[in-house]
Amino acid sequence: MTADASRGGARTSTDPGAGRTGAEDGPAGVTSVDRQSNAPVADGGLAVAVAGPLGVSGIDRREASGRRSGGAGSAGPAGASAVSTRRRLADRRWFRIAGGALLPLGLLVAWQLASTSGAVPVSMLPSPEMVWTAGVDLAERGLLGLYVAISTQRVFIGFAVGAALGLVVGAVVGLSKLGDLLLSPTLGAIRAVPSLAWVPLLILWLKIGEESKVVLIAIGAFFPVYTVVAAALRHVDRQLLEAGRAFGLRGVRLLSVVQLPAAVPSVVSALRLALAQSWLFLVAAELIASSMGLGFLLVDSGNNGRIDRIFLAIILLAVLGKLSDAVVGLFERWAVRKWA
Amino acid sequence: MPATPTSTSAAALPVEFRGVGRAFPTASGDRPVLRGIDLVVEAGEILAILGPSGCGKSTLLRIAGGLDRPTSGWVTIAGSPVGDYDARSAIGFQEPRLLPWRTVAQNVALGLPRGTARAAGRAHVARLLELVGLAEFAEHRPREISGGMAQRTSLARALARSPHVLLLDEPFGALDALTRLRMQDLLLEIHAAEPTTVLLVTHDVDEALQLADRIVVLGTEPGPDGAASTDAAPGAGIRQTVVVPGTRPRDRGSAELAELRGRLLDGLGIDRHGAARGIQATSTIPAFPY
Ligand SMILES: Nc1ncnc2c1ncn2[C@@H]1O[C@H](COP(=O)(O)OP(=O)(O)OP(=O)(O)O)[C@@H](O)[C@H]1O
Ligand SMILES: [Mg+2]
Repeated sequence: MTADASRGGARTSTDPGAGRTGAEDGPAGVTSVDRQSNAPVADGGLAVAVAGPLGVSGIDRREASGRRSGGAGSAGPAGASAVSTRRRLADRRWFRIAGGALLPLGLLVAWQLASTSGAVPVSMLPSPEMVWTAGVDLAERGLLGLYVAISTQRVFIGFAVGAALGLVVGAVVGLSKLGDLLLSPTLGAIRAVPSLAWVPLLILWLKIGEESKVVLIAIGAFFPVYTVVAAALRHVDRQLLEAGRAFGLRGVRLLSVVQLPAAVPSVVSALRLALAQSWLFLVAAELIASSMGLGFLLVDSGNNGRIDRIFLAIILLAVLGKLSDAVVGLFERWAVRKWA
Repeated sequence: MPATPTSTSAAALPVEFRGVGRAFPTASGDRPVLRGIDLVVEAGEILAILGPSGCGKSTLLRIAGGLDRPTSGWVTIAGSPVGDYDARSAIGFQEPRLLPWRTVAQNVALGLPRGTARAAGRAHVARLLELVGLAEFAEHRPREISGGMAQRTSLARALARSPHVLLLDEPFGALDALTRLRMQDLLLEIHAAEPTTVLLVTHDVDEALQLADRIVVLGTEPGPDGAASTDAAPGAGIRQTVVVPGTRPRDRGSAELAELRGRLLDGLGIDRHGAARGIQATSTIPAFPY
């Protein structure tokens, strides 16, 4: 650390941000590994949800904050007005939603054309209408609601348990040297186990009930949260920590005034990541052993050659994953505005 | 007097350094930075610490505040040893070190002594922000204010503590000339209203002359070529102690001070015409040989 006079005036406030970006990079790597190990099962359905927290949000957020601090006060001169309206347009909610819906609508049209023109046989690519009918049919038999509900329930319970444990263990490892020393090698080794390797063990131990699935999902949600929280707490700007201590903060007060707030933005993005992981692990769990849920719908339809239902399940997974991600994304935005 | 104390006024306390040394471990063995510092700072005194960059001024200040420990010798405040993060002192860091998620006012409030009543604390913070000229920016975040404003916030935070000993590490370094003069006057006003012992690290000889009762110059012993060398191993000690004559506020242009300024610049290895061993120095702010 060079204590250079000219750099003394440099703003320390940017440092934690830089540190956090580093921390975010960690779990991104982690997921992509996990994702690859699961690729055959779940990549299609969850690509949307996974891409959310990793790629888009990080960039989005930085741009948004830059815009807020840079552009807010500078409206006025006529020359700048063209630029500022365009920006404002891009910021408008309806514009963003419409923009984001453009590609799915285009795909839908292309799908419709491809399947009705006869270019692709219906046994390979059912028409949108067939998928819709399959959905209505399942709904009338009461299965669609049941499958969606049970899958969502599994994800949320597993996510809640895994994320809560991840927060606690991450805090222990990130804050205490002893915790780090004792726990992190073992947890690192467990993290290295490909998630599907747990399935036979979980089924033997917990049978094919809810527990085995929820536990698998919890494992999936645990690691991103644990990894990011530990790293974020470990890398809280030392200068800020020292300033906190110099002004009399110790223990719990130091934690609540300096350490936790400094870690909040990375923790929230870790939660978002963990939620995406949870959907991924849900499908893994349901594909292998279940009698209900969207994963079950996938296998069952695969066995019966019901390609319309396969499409239905994939679309539902995309929609559910994206919706839950959007909710956490809103929370993330709020948290970043408040804490970063 | 604009600076009326608004919280429990703390008495100034003396600080004593005895044989203080600090060495930092490096790959190639310990590297001494400070060595044999003996210094008594009287209660209520303003002591300026001058010295070339990297000579250990911040290190000395950190030791005085209990943020760092000496490897030899000891430091006391009012006769009792300085503890870890000693509550009797408050420090204004060389960097602002503001919490980015808190507003300017909340950052200043961090400096309030523990147990300050909420309303009294808020009033005190508002008063301090007024004094450092940041009242309008109370609700801004650190990233929304300039570097100099951040530094003033950091100064206000240290002042909020009403400390017995105030440790300031180049508090006016990032300020323009006019704001710098205003902040110097402010420091003197506050010091007059609410006496406290001040250790002020600065690079600016004129600032030291204007503010301090006494100036110590830190540096290593001159090498064979007569130059103060900062990378030679032995560590910095007190090379010069100067009692500044007269009472504050001092006339910035007086002949007596000009004479002292020359002596101090000499002590820093700069000749009187502002040339630092061949390096062109700008105005009166000395450029230090690295
Ligand atoms: N934590 C540390 N570990 C190792 N070396 C350190 C540490 N802190 C300071 N030093 C070294 O001690 C020396 C003095 O540092 P210090 O920050 O006290 O200088 P300074 O006089 O305040 O300089 P400046 O005027 O540039 O602020 C430097 O050479 C620095 O490398
Ligand atoms: Mg320094």
